[in-house]
Amino acid sequence: MLRPFQFKEEAGWSHADRLLLCLDTGSWRTVHPVVDNDKCSYCGFCSLYCPVQCMANRGDHFEPNLTYCKGCGICARECPRKAIVMEKEGDS
Amino acid sequence: MVKKEESMAAIKVITGNSAAAYGAMLCRPEVVAMYPITPQTEVVEELSRFHAEGRLEAEMVEVEGENSAMNIVTAASAAGARVFTATSSYGLVFMYDALLQTAGYRVPVVMVIANRETPGITGVSAGQQDMISTRDSGWISLVASNCQEILDSVIMAYRLAEDSEVQLPVMVNYDGFYLSFLAEKVEIPSREKVDAFLSPLKNQPPRPVLVPGKPAGFGTHGLLEGYIELRYKHFAALERAKGKFEDIDRLFGKHFGRSYGGQVDAYRTDDAEIVLVAAGSVTGTAQRVVDLQREKGVKIGLVRLRMFRPFPRERLAQVLKGKKAIGVIDRSICFGWNCGPIFMEIRALTPEIGPIPMQSFICGMANMDVSTYQIDRMVELVQSASAGNEYQEVRWISMEE
Repeated sequence: MLRPFQFKEEAGWSHADRLLLCLDTGSWRTVHPVVDNDKCSYCGFCSLYCPVQCMANRGDHFEPNLTYCKGCGICARECPRKAIVMEKEGDS
Repeated sequence: MVKKEESMAAIKVITGNSAAAYGAMLCRPEVVAMYPITPQTEVVEELSRFHAEGRLEAEMVEVEGENSAMNIVTAASAAGARVFTATSSYGLVFMYDALLQTAGYRVPVVMVIANRETPGITGVSAGQQDMISTRDSGWISLVASNCQEILDSVIMAYRLAEDSEVQLPVMVNYDGFYLSFLAEKVEIPSREKVDAFLSPLKNQPPRPVLVPGKPAGFGTHGLLEGYIELRYKHFAALERAKGKFEDIDRLFGKHFGRSYGGQVDAYRTDDAEIVLVAAGSVTGTAQRVVDLQREKGVKIGLVRLRMFRPFPRERLAQVLKGKKAIGVIDRSICFGWNCGPIFMEIRALTPEIGPIPMQSFICGMANMDVSTYQIDRMVELVQSASAGNEYQEVRWISMEE
């Protein structure tokens, strides 16, 4: 028995706004960012530098979208206020 | 604007390159991108001329190299256009990365290759090594053996490539120099007739295409299983292509009055005890030798390989089963396997056809003629092996005195 096909078409066609973003990249992570909102000045560096653009702008603070965050730590490294720390998965 | 020239069938004396260009023009490609290279240049010249004369209404993209040519026709095909390109040897390897994409994307590009020796030792000369170098590219690979068949194969190639159950690029190979520059009588069908032959393609379910403003993921694989799934489907499509090509060849025969036996053209093989296998222009000479040997009472037949990928395993097993010995002529070599590539593949049919003597004849590389004398010698060797005598499996015929 074959597992069901992922692609409807013969070739690798997918809807850019759905299938392409459905990869579970969050599962690749060993550490995740935790933002201290008291230290955060809402400068937006973390969001600008995030390679997968998963630092979501919540109006007065930023929040990592952990479904896609791979835990690279660039946000923590670039934050001028050191408001982001990378914590090990499972620690919190 | 359809000029008079194509409103009626015509008989002309044209070269293999010109036949390829006529075949392409009659199929009305919408985007053409080619870069000239010996011995294919005339294809570019002819199609440019057709375009200038208003006989080819295509977007002609002038490119700086073959890599761009293949990328352009691939992208245009992904956007839904019928496309055409042509190359040879160095040009083919310069587009190799794009070539693999084309197949992986499953876009129905049609290309002709005037076969020539590949880079390594500079050889501006005939040989099928460039065709062999695309073996595992995922393309469908056809081989023509005369100018008429080149033209006809291009038309069949579109019908095959664009079939919704195939959706694969097709390359039509023909010997550079030997066929590219050989002028012979070719019947050029009318445009109307070609339109009619290709018209069933319009009644198929439409394939997905790239559309501006509608973002879509293309050539993506998902992860892991997605990749495997696309390869699995590609495999299945290649298997389907074999039967499709048989059908297309038969339908072509009904429509145009010419057919070529489908995947393989078996000549006088029914009662043959020994068989020669070859592909391309050399089969013309071999056919003559078979006729002469038959007159002498030798029970010999010829199998002409018309489809190199997918490899016509079933048809070949059917034709070759029960024969006493086989000789395979290769105008190319299989590095690291000490034999010719087509020989290697025929040898892989041993479980189906039995452990009979098979001999690999390497010859005709680098513009070396394969003469009737040489083929007579091959027949002698295969005959001797068929009688139970010891034989040498691989022979470099062009090296022998």
